[in-house]
Amino acid sequence: MSLASASLDRAVEPDRALNADSLNADARREARGMLALLSPGLFLVFAVIIVPIGWLFWLSLFDESGQLSAANYARFFEQASYIKTFVTTFKVAFTVTGACVLLGYPLAYMLSQLPRRAASICLIFVILPFWTSVLVRTYAWLVILQRKGLVNTWLMDLGVIGQPLPLANNFAGVVIGMTHIMLPFLVLPLYASMKTIDVDCLRAGMNLGASPAATFWQIFFPLSLPGLASGLVIVFVLCLGFFVTPALMGGGKVIMWAMRMEQTTSLYSNWGAGAALGVVLLAVTLALLGLFQWLLGTRATGVWSRR
Amino acid sequence: MTKRLCIHGLAIAGLLASAAVPASAADTITVASWGGTYQEAQTKAFFDPTAKDLGITIKQDTTNGLDDVRLQVTGNAVKWDITELGADECARGSKEGLFEKLDYNVIDKTGINPKLVHDDWVGISYTSVVLIYRTDVFGDKGPKTWADFWDVEKFPGRRALSGSQATETLSVAALAKGIPIDKVYPVDIDGALQSVDKIKGHIDAWWTSGAQAMQLVKDGEVDMASIWNGRAGTLKKSGAPVSFSFDQGVLTADCMVIPKGSKNKDIAMKALAKFVSPDLQANLPLYVDNGPANEKAFETGKIPPERIKDINSAPENVKKQVLQDPAFWRDTLVEATEKFNNLIQQ
Repeated sequence: MSLASASLDRAVEPDRALNADSLNADARREARGMLALLSPGLFLVFAVIIVPIGWLFWLSLFDESGQLSAANYARFFEQASYIKTFVTTFKVAFTVTGACVLLGYPLAYMLSQLPRRAASICLIFVILPFWTSVLVRTYAWLVILQRKGLVNTWLMDLGVIGQPLPLANNFAGVVIGMTHIMLPFLVLPLYASMKTIDVDCLRAGMNLGASPAATFWQIFFPLSLPGLASGLVIVFVLCLGFFVTPALMGGGKVIMWAMRMEQTTSLYSNWGAGAALGVVLLAVTLALLGLFQWLLGTRATGVWSRR
Repeated sequence: MTKRLCIHGLAIAGLLASAAVPASAADTITVASWGGTYQEAQTKAFFDPTAKDLGITIKQDTTNGLDDVRLQVTGNAVKWDITELGADECARGSKEGLFEKLDYNVIDKTGINPKLVHDDWVGISYTSVVLIYRTDVFGDKGPKTWADFWDVEKFPGRRALSGSQATETLSVAALAKGIPIDKVYPVDIDGALQSVDKIKGHIDAWWTSGAQAMQLVKDGEVDMASIWNGRAGTLKKSGAPVSFSFDQGVLTADCMVIPKGSKNKDIAMKALAKFVSPDLQANLPLYVDNGPANEKAFETGKIPPERIKDINSAPENVKKQVLQDPAFWRDTLVEATEKFNNLIQQ
């Protein structure tokens, strides 16, 4: 709040005390009006998000004979594969998010420093993969990475390696394939936020005698954090529900939660078995988002922002 | 609305005349199958001739299996009149009451294995799980039996098995222990799991789809694998250096059902009767490697003798294989699959 508006506030203080009631009434009327305007949107959110999720939760509480039971949740502890799958899912999500940051941050930084025209051309290359289906890109990676794929053939022909590297049908393959798909989701918000960083701030830092490295770490990096945080959250959450790439690149050895859901839904005759998996993933994801929120601040996740 | 009126009309006319009413060209049924080359073959072998014979229109759709049927039946939104499923899915769906009863006065079951003839489902074709190996790695001295496949000393190399079809992998695991083909069922699940445990460290990929199994073998990602015979045949025809046989194959049946609440049940019944008739069943192996479920098909003379030896359900080949028992898996599938997953999902 600027000084000017603060003094203005003080000036109108006595008046506000006099007509406080009518002002409050006005405020309430306005709030009601706003609510009315929002109601179609709110209704939509209620109908297509709140109700189905509530229903999902409700379904997860029933067993195969339609009796209220915790069997669907108890299964996570009875069958070791569920916990393993859950851990794998988060391991993949963290690794891919990490890889995206390592690759995406320098890329976004470079883009933000390029002249506008060059940057837009480079951005096209970032967005280009979006226009190809995930399935096609995943198969392409398989062709590149598998035992007799391009990478291994070249490296063997060059005599760099004697044995093919295990790059596909395992954890490494899943991470490589998913990083490629997720990268634009990190780069785009990051680039947008880096573009808004005022160059004058950097110049001022340099002027005051900071080295380029100090300017970057003390000024640029902190200012880019909100963009980084939102990119991070998008990538992480998308990773948690990923299906196609791990199914094809994992060689059946890297089972993620979404694949487990598909298996469970076809194995059990009650929807509750699969619904319980959805509920657990949703709950853990929300908890993690809460944690991000707490660690990174309001602007990061865009939820629960008190403005 | 018109369709419903029409069916009403049919029903009433049927009651009054108590005679079969010839179906009119306006009658349409929807049949769902697995898509791809298999469904194209079924179209030529079953659907087109039936549509012509009965004077009806057969619309087609594709299915993902029992989930789809369950979704339609429990959601009261049945859009298929006939759908194909794996036999163990039929057995499970039957237990859940998802299908209409079949009328064996309309459908002639002669020639179909009694294990595939049930109140509400009937066998339609066979797929075999076979052992395939690359001849550029092993020459013609590759693994011939599942015991060979399990023998990592004698047959070093990269291996793939099905991770999604627990029933099939457990069947071959039982064979790998040296159990004779007629003793595999009922499967000793714990014994089979122990057998899987022995080989799992040497498995480089657990495939989850037929296409994936094919790709793994074709690109040399693995040197030997379990694979469906249709896929194996396609690989061989495309010139890939592979070899396979029906020895110790696992014969799994597919079946057809009328989902409960189908709006054209009576016509669907007649169409299904045509699909399983020896005459149309004999068409199937002319287009695809999946063998007919009705063994009378081999007596029609339609299938050339040199083709018969390549068909998995030809009497000569059936003798070499294990017939997967759908009734056994109906009751054990869930538990066995969970245990199997615990074992292979690290």
